[in-house]
Amino acid sequence: MMLSIKNLHVSVKKNKILKGLNLDIDEGELHVIMGRNGSGKSTLANVIAGQENYSIDKGRISYFNQNLLDMEVEERAAKGVFMSFQYPVEIPGINNAYFLRSALNSQNKFNNKNEINAPDFMKEYKKNMNHLDLDASFLSRSLNDGFSGGEKKRNEMLQMLMLKPRLCILDETDSGLDVDALSIISKSIQAMRNDKRSFVIITHYHRILEHLDADYVHILSDGEIVKTGDKNLAIDIEQKGFKTVLSS
Amino acid sequence: MTKNNVIDKTIKEKYQFGFVTNIDQDTIPPGLSEDVIRIISSKKNEPDWLLNWRLKAYRQWIKMEEPNWAKINYPKIDYDSISYYSAPKKKKKLKSLDEVDPEILRTYEKLGIPIEEQKMLAGVAVDAVFDSVSIGTTFKEELAKAGVIFCPFSEAVIKYPDLIKKYLGTVVPYSDNFFATLNSAVFSDGSFVYIPKGVRCPMELSTYFRINAMNTGQFERTLIVADEGSYVSYLEGCTAPMRDENQLHAAVVELVAMKDAEIKYSTVQNWYPGDEKGKGGIYNFVTKRGKCKGNRSKISWTQIETGSAVTWKYPSVILKGDNSVGEFHSVAVSNNMQQADTGTKMIHLGKNTKSTIISKGISAGKGQQTYRGEVRIMNNAAKSHNYSQCDSLLIGGKSGAHTFPYIDVRNNSSKTEHEATTSKIGEDQLFYCKQRGIKEEDAVSIIVSGFCKDVFKELPMEFAVEAQKLMEVTLEGSIG
Repeated sequence: MMLSIKNLHVSVKKNKILKGLNLDIDEGELHVIMGRNGSGKSTLANVIAGQENYSIDKGRISYFNQNLLDMEVEERAAKGVFMSFQYPVEIPGINNAYFLRSALNSQNKFNNKNEINAPDFMKEYKKNMNHLDLDASFLSRSLNDGFSGGEKKRNEMLQMLMLKPRLCILDETDSGLDVDALSIISKSIQAMRNDKRSFVIITHYHRILEHLDADYVHILSDGEIVKTGDKNLAIDIEQKGFKTVLSS
Repeated sequence: MTKNNVIDKTIKEKYQFGFVTNIDQDTIPPGLSEDVIRIISSKKNEPDWLLNWRLKAYRQWIKMEEPNWAKINYPKIDYDSISYYSAPKKKKKLKSLDEVDPEILRTYEKLGIPIEEQKMLAGVAVDAVFDSVSIGTTFKEELAKAGVIFCPFSEAVIKYPDLIKKYLGTVVPYSDNFFATLNSAVFSDGSFVYIPKGVRCPMELSTYFRINAMNTGQFERTLIVADEGSYVSYLEGCTAPMRDENQLHAAVVELVAMKDAEIKYSTVQNWYPGDEKGKGGIYNFVTKRGKCKGNRSKISWTQIETGSAVTWKYPSVILKGDNSVGEFHSVAVSNNMQQADTGTKMIHLGKNTKSTIISKGISAGKGQQTYRGEVRIMNNAAKSHNYSQCDSLLIGGKSGAHTFPYIDVRNNSSKTEHEATTSKIGEDQLFYCKQRGIKEEDAVSIIVSGFCKDVFKELPMEFAVEAQKLMEVTLEGSIG
């Protein structure tokens, strides 16, 4: 088992958000999590990544049989946990490629691997830029600085492609994307899928699933996973709405 | 690289340069009077005109009030408790390094900059100021070949009296302000640079300052004259020993750029900032000003200010020549209890003059940071232009940043632009970096260096590396 979440209770400033959530993710699986605003989807993503503003009141998360909650944020990252941010931050003055190379080398160092040299890095970086249909200005721009919403999301995907994580958590990566961008992003997710790598895709819409084969679709409601199904569940929700699906 | 050694040694948690060298000091008892000024002047064998200049300054100074408009707080300075002159005792005139007090040489070694090594340091001539008297001057021959004069101020007074007399006080008059006037009365030593017509100075000029005598105020005086069509890049960097008592520093730097000349003046200042409670740091009240005297001349100030308990400093440019250019690039850091009130003045007098101000203030801990800038474009300075950008970065919740830009344009063909931002190193930025696998301290340094990039790129290469490391050291542990 890659990730196992047992009876997870999480609150922010005494506000209970997750109330006994359970979720198991095996290697190679793609899970989709849907739910209404405020149901706890982003909280789940952030807690797995290690955001410190949340208090874990109860429960545990194991990652490859280790206690994930004991690990520092950067340790989780180096061990393969990646979160595509719903709102990627901007850092002016830091070159986009330089940042990514620092991240990669920092993870390599943690894993006792050699640093990637600049030419090899740039070769792969440019290749992935092509896949994501990003233009050459991405080589000289600062990290997310002045990027459009769509560019930021594609930059998150660029980082994911380069960092090659084991567990990819995409927090509403498809929100605010036009049809073409959505298709590009779905293709890069699909291209990254293998039997060792797993995905958790948090979304409001089923349209991203048109391009992806989801193993499971979960509905999160009021801090718990209340329904699990396959791709058809997502289509149901799209057509009938959460309320009807949950009461049926 | 010698300078990098200094930094490598600095990359320890506490300020490393807090040692005191035991050298027999020739010190005048504390207090200031006309007699003290006469002693200083006679110890230096100064000509009468200079003694009279000092005395005029002193008589002016006693009528002046210490300025209180800056946004800084510090205990009242007792000017009578300061000793105004201190020099390592010289047994005889030194001919070579072998004759320098071995204790002084050891101090340099502790700092990681032994003079022997400095001599070999490619392309950099070092005029090492130890307390008030310059001990060793290197690379003189190479510079002499180019006709460049680079020597201790006191030596220049004896050897090149005409040049000193012609330019001293022409940019910062003896009556300029409280601290500059005090300096004019009691200045101890400093550097003098003269670049002859059409000469491009063959190396970067550099001076290390070090304050080392108990209760001795440091009053450096630097004068740089770039004659027509010449170019010089001057680097200044300093460290000072740990102290319990606050130490006053009131330096004056004057730059004169003639027709088509360019002066680039870079500073990395990391004097002892005091402990976490603010005790014992240096008070730094500096007057730095350049005059673009001739047409098409250019003066640029670049400063990285990380040290001192109190910083009061406004490197300025008077743009007198037509088409002249003034620049100010600054990164100032206030951590713990440090206070900095710094900025610049750009005074446009000539036609078609241009100035650029890039100021980056970083406040961490309880540090207070003020940008104070003045841009004045006078009636005759037609078609002039100023661009100002003042950015502040706050780290933690207890630091402060303040911006006071004064803009005064007196003709209607000129233009000024002013941009200002204040941002915080956000927890979201740190989380983002960490989520990508970058450690928190590296994340802070990445964010800060991104913030400072526009200024760092103005520094000579070796200084840029040093500045970057200095920032890391200064802000170490400032998060969390």
